[in-house]
Amino acid sequence: MKHSLYILGALVFAAAAGCKKDNYTAPSSMLTGHLLYKTDTIQVERSQVPYQIYQYGFGKVGPLPQTAFAQDGSYSAVLSDGTYKIIVPNGQGPFMWKQTAAGNPDTVTVALKGNQTVDFQVTPYYMIRNASITISGGTVSATCKLEKIITDANAKDVERVSLYINKDQFVSGGDNIAKKDLAAADITDMNNISLSVAVPSITPAQNYVYARIGLKIAGLEDMIFSPLQKISF
Amino acid sequence: MRKLLSIATIVAVVLGLSGCKKDSDFLNVQPTTFLTTDQVFSDPNLALTVLADLYNRQEDITGLDNTSADPGWRTFADFSESFPSENGSSYIVQRTGWPYNQWAIDWPTAYTYIREVNLFLERDSASTQLADADKKRFYAEGRFLRAMYYFELVKRYGGVPLITHSLTLPSKDITTIQFPRAKESDIYDFVISEAEAIKADLPADPATKSRASRAAAVAMECRAALYAGSIAKYGATTPAVSLPGGEVGIAASKSTDYYTKALNAAKEIIAGTDGTYGLYNNGGNLSDNYANLFLDKASIESIYYEDFKTGGKTHSFTTNDQPYSLSDEGGDAGRLDPSLNLVEQYEMLDNTFAPIATVDGTNKPIYYTNLQDVFTGRDARLAGTILLPDGLYKGKKVDIWAGYVLSDGSIFTSDEAGHTKALPGTTTPVQVVGIDGPVNGLELRTQSGFYIRKYIDPAVGSGRRGQGSTVAFIRYRYAEVLLNAAEASFELGHPDDAATYMNQVRARAGLTTPLVAADITFDRIVHERRIELAFEGHILFDMKRWRLAHKVWDGTPTSVTDIKTNLGVAGTHSTQPWGLWPYKVYNPADPATNGKWIFKETKPALATGYNKFLFGNYYSQISNDAIAANPKLIRQPNQ
Repeated sequence: MKHSLYILGALVFAAAAGCKKDNYTAPSSMLTGHLLYKTDTIQVERSQVPYQIYQYGFGKVGPLPQTAFAQDGSYSAVLSDGTYKIIVPNGQGPFMWKQTAAGNPDTVTVALKGNQTVDFQVTPYYMIRNASITISGGTVSATCKLEKIITDANAKDVERVSLYINKDQFVSGGDNIAKKDLAAADITDMNNISLSVAVPSITPAQNYVYARIGLKIAGLEDMIFSPLQKISF
Repeated sequence: MRKLLSIATIVAVVLGLSGCKKDSDFLNVQPTTFLTTDQVFSDPNLALTVLADLYNRQEDITGLDNTSADPGWRTFADFSESFPSENGSSYIVQRTGWPYNQWAIDWPTAYTYIREVNLFLERDSASTQLADADKKRFYAEGRFLRAMYYFELVKRYGGVPLITHSLTLPSKDITTIQFPRAKESDIYDFVISEAEAIKADLPADPATKSRASRAAAVAMECRAALYAGSIAKYGATTPAVSLPGGEVGIAASKSTDYYTKALNAAKEIIAGTDGTYGLYNNGGNLSDNYANLFLDKASIESIYYEDFKTGGKTHSFTTNDQPYSLSDEGGDAGRLDPSLNLVEQYEMLDNTFAPIATVDGTNKPIYYTNLQDVFTGRDARLAGTILLPDGLYKGKKVDIWAGYVLSDGSIFTSDEAGHTKALPGTTTPVQVVGIDGPVNGLELRTQSGFYIRKYIDPAVGSGRRGQGSTVAFIRYRYAEVLLNAAEASFELGHPDDAATYMNQVRARAGLTTPLVAADITFDRIVHERRIELAFEGHILFDMKRWRLAHKVWDGTPTSVTDIKTNLGVAGTHSTQPWGLWPYKVYNPADPATNGKWIFKETKPALATGYNKFLFGNYYSQISNDAIAANPKLIRQPNQ
């Protein structure tokens, strides 16, 4: 009897020790931030512009599972404290991520300890400025100006400007109920672009739509957008 | 006691006797559970079984047979060319793009196969017992399979490590067996040069279809050279899809050379040097003739196919895709429904494009007396590839119609296929919707208004689960060789030759007005392949090599206007499968229209996603595990 009590005690101790020693604590530090050009947020299409988080020292190479920016250019990840390296892969996003001399994406190193905000400064090819979206008589009209940011050898042309409207907050080429495209050839003045699109009937009826202006840059697949606007009517 | 003694004596004697065996005899017992390498490579039949296993494990993007992970029918179901009418597969039309690792061959699986072919080649050439003729043919077949496998890899990954001999695990330095990726062009060059090297050792025999023949090697060479040529040429339009080391992308300057090689290879087959092949043309109804080409295993058109056999390996393509109302197997049918997007692309017999006429100039419906009248005057391949409403299967008509349309334009139907209800103002119940649907969301019946006909086996019992179909999956056929020749000629600046090659394929489909040199455009080339080679596993790789994939599957929803306009124009977007639903008019007050048919373009309700092909999808992702095991592998662009 005495023996079995000892054994029981040993088991309880082993079990309790196992809980503590063997397991890592769950990740609890929140890393958040935005894509920024100077002080302006870069608006993109949801889940289409990926970023990669790497953590070294655990044997395997390769990023943590694929993650992408939200449509307002924000990101968030819950991680364990430690040192991480973050990149946006080449060819992703309507902007230039800083590159190394060898042409690889340069890393942003983050020493994470507790919740932290890290913004990424990037250089977009263009910015959509002064976007104004209004509605009258069932037609959404938008005006904006395109500012060309990158003008050196890396400059790219405009492919088209599009006005998208949707009944929920996700607004892009894929998520829309109506759109109007304006091809680059039809743009006469980059400082004065106007587009309009009729609001189709919405079921169930609602008295508002969300709208964004998107810019497609030739040779890049990700578009850059104006900030989301809710248009009530 | 005496008894015990005698038993002991017997035991002692027996033990003693067995102990007399020589040690070498005792230790050298032949295993009875497996054959040694020497044994296998001393008998041609045994060596052939090793080869058969390698044949059986070839990779294909599409196939008729089932694996639990990817049933054959589903491999044809993507890209908005069809709608998957099975609840568990709705994700195909509900996703908004593909992950970067889509279409990848699992890396360890791929290199296990390569290693086993390499071992086969080494053991075959080391064999002293096999007859020279057998040895030579086996060797050529092994190299054919290896080249074909590298072709499959390069189509998906671009350049991969080119391993042409078996590797042994080194005792110390693992880096000696870590190889970097070869250039994309190197792999294509390898496929082409292997085909050239082995063709003389393969039988130039059109009856050899399920094993490598001379024509199969040359057809592979032709397709590989064409792919390389177009990647070189059209890759220039997407500079983002390349790597500086050439692992992805081929220099534009090489395109002419590749196109020339493709054309020469095609010419060799067309000239009959590799055996007599031709277009399957047995007269009779042209649509039936086209459909039979995929059923007749002795056809002069098929060059190389994956064969199936009752009692051996069969497949359930017919079980999965046969019409519901005529199914051999209740509850298994109708999964692969071709889309209206594809149907609209079939030309009129005068070589013009015209949308399926459903409404007149004032947007009023057009009334048709018979269901098939709306499709008249089109390319015979339409009815040969697709089972249209009222089409025949095993001599019986399929029952595809979506319901009644009443005089006020409202729809009177049911959500249960084949349901009977009394029409308004009557009391006698009548059937109000086809047994084959279409009904939104009702799986195993068509939801696009069409069924697949290509590869569907009319043999009795072929649609049963237990029996299965033995229709072969054609990997290379003569019509594709002609279209390869047409494309290569066009790209080399000889549209007149291109027209000659293409007209042969078109004439077989009833398009007897020949195209002239001026008609041959890039759009024509793209269009003809989409039609002739529909549901044969070409569309993805064709769209990739022309760098059209990101334009066609551009991630924006497809409207009815989109599918009815820009017909035959390469790169027109097609991201959601549409259907064409027939309705019967019920309007007793108007005998002119009562009982006639009208058609409505309908997007199946489940098709909520859209195809979005990213630059990063052009070359499948090499897994992080593979890169962790071999850091010399560099990542794909845009991922």
